[in-house]
Amino acid sequence: MAHIVFTQQLKRFTDTPEFDTPASTLRAALDAAFALNPQLRGYLLDDQGHLRGNVVAFIDGRRCHERVRLDDALRPDSRVHVMQALSGG
Amino acid sequence: MDARAWVATRKGLFEMRQRAGGWAIERVSFLGEPVSMMLPPQPSGRMLAALNLGHFGVKLHASDDAGVNWHELAAPVYPPQPEGEPVGGVAWKLVQIWALEAGLGAARGTLWAGTLPGGLFRSNDGGESWQLVEALWNQPARAEWMGGGYDVPGIHSICPHPLLPSELLVGISCGGAWVSRDDGASWQVQADGMRAGYMPPDQAENPNTQDPHRIVRSPVQPDVLWCQHHGGIWRSGDNARSWQEVTGAPGSSFGFAVAAHPAQADTAWFVPGVADQQRVPVGGALAVNRTRDGGRSFEALRAGLPQRDCYDLVYRHGLAVDASGGRLLMGSTTGNLWASDDGGDRWVRVPVNLPPIHAVRFD
Repeated sequence: MAHIVFTQQLKRFTDTPEFDTPASTLRAALDAAFALNPQLRGYLLDDQGHLRGNVVAFIDGRRCHERVRLDDALRPDSRVHVMQALSGG
Repeated sequence: MDARAWVATRKGLFEMRQRAGGWAIERVSFLGEPVSMMLPPQPSGRMLAALNLGHFGVKLHASDDAGVNWHELAAPVYPPQPEGEPVGGVAWKLVQIWALEAGLGAARGTLWAGTLPGGLFRSNDGGESWQLVEALWNQPARAEWMGGGYDVPGIHSICPHPLLPSELLVGISCGGAWVSRDDGASWQVQADGMRAGYMPPDQAENPNTQDPHRIVRSPVQPDVLWCQHHGGIWRSGDNARSWQEVTGAPGSSFGFAVAAHPAQADTAWFVPGVADQQRVPVGGALAVNRTRDGGRSFEALRAGLPQRDCYDLVYRHGLAVDASGGRLLMGSTTGNLWASDDGGDRWVRVPVNLPPIHAVRFD
């Protein structure tokens, strides 16, 4: 089961489940998270269902560059970290 | 009686109260978060705050106890983008809530949200759900709209009509002024008379590419509209069917903000800056220009405002007048806040150092 973790920065806005999922793609893993907390979707995805410009996902330490389909593959033992991209002042 | 106002800033929403000692901060909500706009408490008790989280998108929060407690609502969402879009490169993605207004009179239950990249949304349930006004969004003319202040076009001004509940005017940077007289079912661009110096000469009077920085309606004489435009000041006396340029503002006619007196249609306030390529007070001296005769003449009001070494800019929603017409508040992108109790004759700096100020509104 892939394990998914969200940045602590999200906790001040909404619940961020840390959980194991049988999902085989990044999008399926995110959908599983949104099933646990529907409000989380709007924090990570934009109106068109794309990953927000300042949100980044790492699968097993590798940054995902595909932000529209979100079809990067997960292995059964993958660790997914959804983080914020630093910016601002 | 205490006066109350709301200041939306780059790093929080500040409730301000005026008591015997002057204006002071009463409460801070969303400290650290960018608040792009707020809607003060409505007769229902509902108030709204729009956040623009740098990483996590646009959020909408509601309070039913004047900002003591907040809960998140679903923010407006653009519909799926058809193949072949975007028109003019604009993605169907909410970038910012730039305007929040309530209907007037019989339309009081309707809420409106003006957004970047140019969509108008309405809510009939106090902001719990929002619907894109597709008749405006699907205008073919939208392809000509341009960003003004941001990379994408946006609706910053929403002017309901106090006597005509089916009527609405919106101001768009840069897309002119659009009017619906049938509750949003159809729309016409109504910016005839405005002129855009940033366009090619043969396009300068195209109403659909004007940049009205801010448009406000006279509450007492609703056919009167005031516009602080990118290229100067314009006024309409016939409910936007025509616009006439108002010249003669002291110092400069460039600026962003305008406020209309609630009871005197000929009175309005503007905050001049040097020019579009130098957005600071003229000569480092902050002034508010006031007309009391429909734009035929102006006074430059300076008492209490810094008259040297001042580089504050007052943005579109940074100037507000209360329901009496006597109290004014003015906030700058430097985070300074000034107050007047006499229609702008004299100003006092509120002793706070706020984050950059996006919007100021009275109850």
